[in-house]
Amino acid sequence: MALSTRHLLGIKDLTENDLQLIFETADNFKSVLNRPIKKVPSLRDVTIANIFFENSTRTRLSFELAEKRLSADVVNFAASSSSVSKGETLIDTVNNILAMKVDMVVMRHPYAGAGVFLSKHVKAQIVNAGDGAHEHPTQALLDAFSIREKYGDVAGKKVVIVGDILHSRVALSNILCLKMLGAEVMVCGPTTLIPKYITSLGVKVEHDLRKALNWCDVANMLRIQLERQDIKYFPSLREYTMLYGLNKEILDSLDKEITVMHPGPINRGVEITTDVADSKQSIILDQVENGVAIRMAVLFLLAGQTE
Amino acid sequence: MLNPTLLDGPKFQITIQRLCRQLIENHNDFSNSVIIGIQPRGIYLAKRIAEELRKILPESTILHGDLDITFYRDDFRRREQLIPNQTRIDFVMEGKKVILMDDVLWTGRTIRAAMDALMAFGRPEKIEFLTLVDRRYSRHIPVAADYTGIEVDSIASQKVVVSWKETDGEDKVVLLSDRN
Repeated sequence: MALSTRHLLGIKDLTENDLQLIFETADNFKSVLNRPIKKVPSLRDVTIANIFFENSTRTRLSFELAEKRLSADVVNFAASSSSVSKGETLIDTVNNILAMKVDMVVMRHPYAGAGVFLSKHVKAQIVNAGDGAHEHPTQALLDAFSIREKYGDVAGKKVVIVGDILHSRVALSNILCLKMLGAEVMVCGPTTLIPKYITSLGVKVEHDLRKALNWCDVANMLRIQLERQDIKYFPSLREYTMLYGLNKEILDSLDKEITVMHPGPINRGVEITTDVADSKQSIILDQVENGVAIRMAVLFLLAGQTE
Repeated sequence: MLNPTLLDGPKFQITIQRLCRQLIENHNDFSNSVIIGIQPRGIYLAKRIAEELRKILPESTILHGDLDITFYRDDFRRREQLIPNQTRIDFVMEGKKVILMDDVLWTGRTIRAAMDALMAFGRPEKIEFLTLVDRRYSRHIPVAADYTGIEVDSIASQKVVVSWKETDGEDKVVLLSDRN
């Protein structure tokens, strides 16, 4: 049993068997993370470079921790403090890193397709840690894994993704992953932040937050990505919060108890209020914990294919 | 005979019983000892031994668990990828005498990985190893069993297969020839 792909560039490259294999492996790593010694020697002869051309806290830390828990040698690279600012190309940068005998590259990049481009030009295995507004596969995997952990299965669950769908790589990866696992998916947000042909992915569209929440089992609240918005998509953050922000009052008014997720970082008081983020219905911190286990599983399964 | 049966029927049960008696000689009432079966096939041996010990020592609490060693193997990236099995150890191992069990002892690499994996759960007072079948003269590392069911001389191309009543319908040890 092995993954059907040499790189993890996006959810669209994976099969349902791949997803199940990643989840089963992550189950084992989750138990490793709860032991007195949270480290296994599996990747002791593997060197991994974390190359981040965009800011990241959670994903970079999560990958780094996963790599160290697997006993890999880790090098970190941030574009802001590197020769990229002197004009070096992406391939030159990566090839220079690979010349130092690096086996795997975990890359975050502001441009969609950067991981695919790199995988065609270098020998190392590439893991996409987010490429522009395209995909963020490990986030989708950990989100689906968290739903599976909460409900036992993803199939048949109703998941609404709320917010800035247009600029969100998390939304696209989540839609592909959840649909592959048999969940029903709905997107909810202002018309300006819902892509025109999103229904071609087999998702429902709803612009009324209360209707969407009454329909769903799980609400995944996305961050408003002001850094990706070059024009105004809604009049003000305050208006967005009034129409699409999740607060305790709305949550308590529903006729069922839904699960609240957020990929982070949270704009508290914008897409989600503090009392919701910290409520028992929120599994946001479980998502963070599961992120390490999922990334350990992905790295372990990819590294196992190299020879 | 192409695939000789090394152990089956009453002899199989007698061997299990003997191993249990040898364990009792060294571990008395098992108040400070635990049994750990190595995944995937050692867990059946450990389960059988634990069941027999509970019959012989009805007053004792026999703690037994399963240990997966996938993440500790030294042949990762050198062979077909293995899917991890479940580790199930719901007791504290710190300061306990641990008896690791596997159905077949061959190169010794599995038991080396198992000892490595064991350390993630604490520092046992002592580790012993019990195997049902010892394939002699085929070690890659200096490992020996403290308790042995049977010893067999075999060549590398042959395979020892242990079947269990619970999973395979009968208790049996067979030596498979490379001509199969």
